Amino acid sequence: MIIEIGHYALVLALATALILSIVPVIGARRHDRAMMDVATIGSLAMFSLVAFAFGVLTYAHVVSDFSVENVWENSHSLVPLIYKYSGVWGNHEGSMMLWLLILTLFSALVAVFGRNLPETLKANVLAVQAWISVAFTLFILLTSNPFLRLDPAPAEGRDLNPVLQDIGLAIHPPLLYLGYVGFSVCFSFAVAALLEGRIDAAWARWVRPWTLAAWTFLTLGIAMGSYWAYYELGWGGWWFWDPVENASFMPWLAGTALLHSALVMEKREALKIWTVLLAILTFSLSLMGTFLVRSGVLTSVHAFASDPTRGVFILCILLIFIGGALSLFAFRAPRLAAGGLFAPISREGALVVNNLILTVACGTVLTGTLYPLLLETLTGDKISVGPPFFNLTFGLLMAPLIVIVPFGPMLSWKRGDLLGALQRLYVVAALAFLAAVVFFYVQHGGPVLSVLGLAAGLFLILGAIADLWYRAGIGKVSASVAWRRLSGLPRSAFGTALAHAGLGVTVLGIVAVTTFQSEYVIEMKPGEVTEAGGYSLHFDGMQPATGPNYTEERGHFTIRRAGIAVADTWSAKRLYTARQMPTTEAGILTFGLSQLYVSLGDATKDGGIVVRIWWKPFILCIWGGTVIMAFGGLVSLTDRRLRVGAPRRKAKVAKPAAAMEPAE
Amino acid sequence: MMRRLLLAFALLLMAAPAFAVNPDEVLADPALEARARALSAELRCMVCQNQSIDDSNADLAKDLRLLVRERIADGDSDEAVLNYIVSRYGEFVLLKPRVGMKTVLLWGAPVLLVIAGGLSLLVFARKRAGKPTGSKLTADEQAKLSELLGEDRIV
Repeated sequence: MIIEIGHYALVLALATALILSIVPVIGARRHDRAMMDVATIGSLAMFSLVAFAFGVLTYAHVVSDFSVENVWENSHSLVPLIYKYSGVWGNHEGSMMLWLLILTLFSALVAVFGRNLPETLKANVLAVQAWISVAFTLFILLTSNPFLRLDPAPAEGRDLNPVLQDIGLAIHPPLLYLGYVGFSVCFSFAVAALLEGRIDAAWARWVRPWTLAAWTFLTLGIAMGSYWAYYELGWGGWWFWDPVENASFMPWLAGTALLHSALVMEKREALKIWTVLLAILTFSLSLMGTFLVRSGVLTSVHAFASDPTRGVFILCILLIFIGGALSLFAFRAPRLAAGGLFAPISREGALVVNNLILTVACGTVLTGTLYPLLLETLTGDKISVGPPFFNLTFGLLMAPLIVIVPFGPMLSWKRGDLLGALQRLYVVAALAFLAAVVFFYVQHGGPVLSVLGLAAGLFLILGAIADLWYRAGIGKVSASVAWRRLSGLPRSAFGTALAHAGLGVTVLGIVAVTTFQSEYVIEMKPGEVTEAGGYSLHFDGMQPATGPNYTEERGHFTIRRAGIAVADTWSAKRLYTARQMPTTEAGILTFGLSQLYVSLGDATKDGGIVVRIWWKPFILCIWGGTVIMAFGGLVSLTDRRLRVGAPRRKAKVAKPAAAMEPAE
Repeated sequence: MMRRLLLAFALLLMAAPAFAVNPDEVLADPALEARARALSAELRCMVCQNQSIDDSNADLAKDLRLLVRERIADGDSDEAVLNYIVSRYGEFVLLKPRVGMKTVLLWGAPVLLVIAGGLSLLVFARKRAGKPTGSKLTADEQAKLSELLGEDRIV
């Protein structure tokens, strides 16, 4: 019964969304407050209904109600409890429910925190959010209904895919969806602004916190996915340029560009039209990602053709929303007044270059991802576009961006002083280069390019510190004044510095791992010892073990450094019994920022086993950097001027003394 | 998440889980082996979901790895090895497609996008020069805005 109530709640959510799609828009036209108020109440109601339906589905999974087809297909009574929860979105239907839940969550958040928005804008934004909700609720109800029953109910489920039985599934999809579904708010703001035919700096200020929040989640979501793939797949890779990864990476690139262009718009009223377009494109890429992942078109063009219902449905959603928004843009954009002027060498100029490079990089990833699909559909020729293509093109495009990042915050608005910025940064550049050379010789070996890569990473980190350094005037003014200036800087300045430094840390990690990692593939018998990354690994032998829903053969390794045992690890080959599916569970040991990665292969005839060992120096920098970036986003989000829902303050009586100090 | 599903699916298709490069495959000469590894990373495992033969543990990937090493040991250049593999398995096997009629737009995309972006920047900058700027705000909005903007005078 409860299942049917959940199903019914979803239908009610659809009805609510339909009302919400129409009434507030008319209200905004007529300036009818009562009709506009429907948006706020309706969005909250819609969220509650979807949350209820989602709760029901979760309940079905937790109590292992196998009369529900979705539970039967993707769960098992022996699955540990946490995977019963996370297993809700470990399948197509459930993950679409999560998508919808987060979409309506954002609507509700806008409804609650958007108190300071102009009434008409708020009504329109929530209505556009509702249009998207209608489309996806229909998609779920018509093609991917998770509430379907089986009669008679099977006694046992078919188990959750073993690869998904991991804490990663509990964290990665929600973070990722909070990110790329979060960009729907930017899209709705853009469409609402186009409907009203009016956009100004205040608009950019309202959109920025949502962009920042979505970006922060997406950054963490992608990083989490990358780390999950790294430890779960058992061959030590952390980024594969897989179409599914690209699907989440493209909105990130566009979202990063949006974050920066909204800044220009907010401060200088320039780049308005571009910012609106970017807001539309970012969410369009999210939608396209959903299409690529959910339609099955990636597995093969033919798989898509054999059961096209879902694919065609999402494709229609895609065409209606992207096509509609872009047409609206084409009609309305010329009416938007042009913004402020600026010289090519200025902070705006630097941010334009940032946008140009990020957009081109995004376009390149898009081309690489879709090209094989399009070519096969049009000509029948099959080609592959894989990591070697993306590494080459994306790497070449990103290199100049990394070099200019530290300059951006140092140039002033409108007309900047490149010479001045150069003078401030050449010490930093020299230091970065020196440190890279030293680091290089400490690690010894590797191509010359890696010195440049390391220098670029260090340049980003030191450049971010230098920005704060100069803003505070450290060295020029007394320590107490510098301290007061530093603490008087807006939070967004720290956010910028953190995000840029985080990027530097990630670049360092990528370069270090790519250049200095070492790999050992050997056959080992119990009692044998091998060297890797300055550690010696002693193979103690194999041992069988059983878990709640799997059996495994695991090998024990003792790690010694200079003869002293420092750590030990298990590396296993697991077999999930319900699906008879093997997985590898690598043994991973962390030493500082570096890791030793031990993975097991086949047993050999003479009683040994193939062992694959990687020494991955500084690999944690890759994800550590992204966490710093996301933290930068969070710090920026707490900036007073962006604080979501901060009540409008009356003119302040007295500014704190620190804020009166001119920073520059 | 989907990639893991797909991978899981690919894993299911495999008879026995084995490793990517096995010790018995490795060439004795480290220089030749390094070439073989580099080439393997550019070749697609045909039965897998977007994996190179270097990463894959499918039987077909193993056959291809051995084939690559065989050709290298026979003294083929990298180019010749790739040509040979493509002649047997088609262009689909290359993870980095060659520049040709079919892929001209793929390889041209970054260049074209940079040029298009740069040109449109120039055109917009030209068009914009000398025009009045800023949207007109009502006095009320102006007051609101300056109140909002008031706090970050120090930036």
